[in-house]
Amino acid sequence: MTVPTDLDRRFREAAARSQLLDAAYDVIDSELGPLLAAVTDRGLARISFDPEPEQELESLALLAGRRVLRSPRALDETRSELDDYFGGRRTAFDLALDMRGLPEFTLRVLSELAKVPYGQTATYGELAERAGNPRASRAVGTVMNRNRIPIVLPCHRVVGSSGDLVGYGGGLERKERLLRLEGAML
Amino acid sequence: MMVAVASIPPFETFYAEHAAEVLALLRRRVGRERADDAFQETFLRALRAYDRLHHGAHLRAWVLTIATRVAIDTHRRAGEPTDELPDLAHSDGRPAYEELAFLTDTLPSKERAAVVLRYGYDLDYEQIAAALDSSAEAARQATSSGVRRLRRRIT
Repeated sequence: MTVPTDLDRRFREAAARSQLLDAAYDVIDSELGPLLAAVTDRGLARISFDPEPEQELESLALLAGRRVLRSPRALDETRSELDDYFGGRRTAFDLALDMRGLPEFTLRVLSELAKVPYGQTATYGELAERAGNPRASRAVGTVMNRNRIPIVLPCHRVVGSSGDLVGYGGGLERKERLLRLEGAML
Repeated sequence: MMVAVASIPPFETFYAEHAAEVLALLRRRVGRERADDAFQETFLRALRAYDRLHHGAHLRAWVLTIATRVAIDTHRRAGEPTDELPDLAHSDGRPAYEELAFLTDTLPSKERAAVVLRYGYDLDYEQIAAALDSSAEAARQATSSGVRRLRRRIT
């Protein structure tokens, strides 16, 4: 016997309304394939390109607490902003972000990253300089690689000093597609 | 001595694993019509108590006990008799509580649940409290008053 879809959906909605969840997540369809997105009471905490739910759930539990539940309704706002972004109707996100647990340098880099405008790029070195440590371009690369909220924190806009794409947590093909979507010069 | 502590899974994993069995139990205990509300109540209680758990052992017994308590509350609200046995189904072999059944069958339901969870499943009072939707102190009292009652009957 399985639980009827309607009953399952109603429980997941009630759980989200109850404010008892540490994190709610859903798998969202996008131009780049399915994305796992998770929110906490602080805001959007995670976007993952290759959702291996089991591993993602464990790391969400470590970040926010064990009460992690799939609850599509809780992701309505995230889903709608992502839809608009992929549809070319949105160039900036208005979502609160959950940045807990990140070291200070990482926060400085990510806050500089958030200022790189839609359709433009910055190099790893430029971002390091703006974050106050011009020689830390390699460390900036690591921060980009570990970005928990890609797309919304636009690490795809960070490229090598000669303009090459260098790398992307979600794969270079996705990085290129995001930059093309934004009309960035490649 | 090394003690293996079963880790507590993310709630999604716990829910996915036990939802069908909980619903089946509730349909047997309160009927199809009332089972949906009882199902939601059971997992909301579990969710409320989930961060008070200290380990992930016996989560099945724990959630089935919550479901049994919710079923009893459902009957009580409807003014129906509530003296039924905890209905811990038997898909994982002989359940530990069976060894206590001959003793605990006659206890009031809350004391029976407390004694079975404490001595049949070795849960701590925080976890029992979560299953009974009460405080750890109330769970300790229900357990010891159940044990006292058993002692009076045996001797």
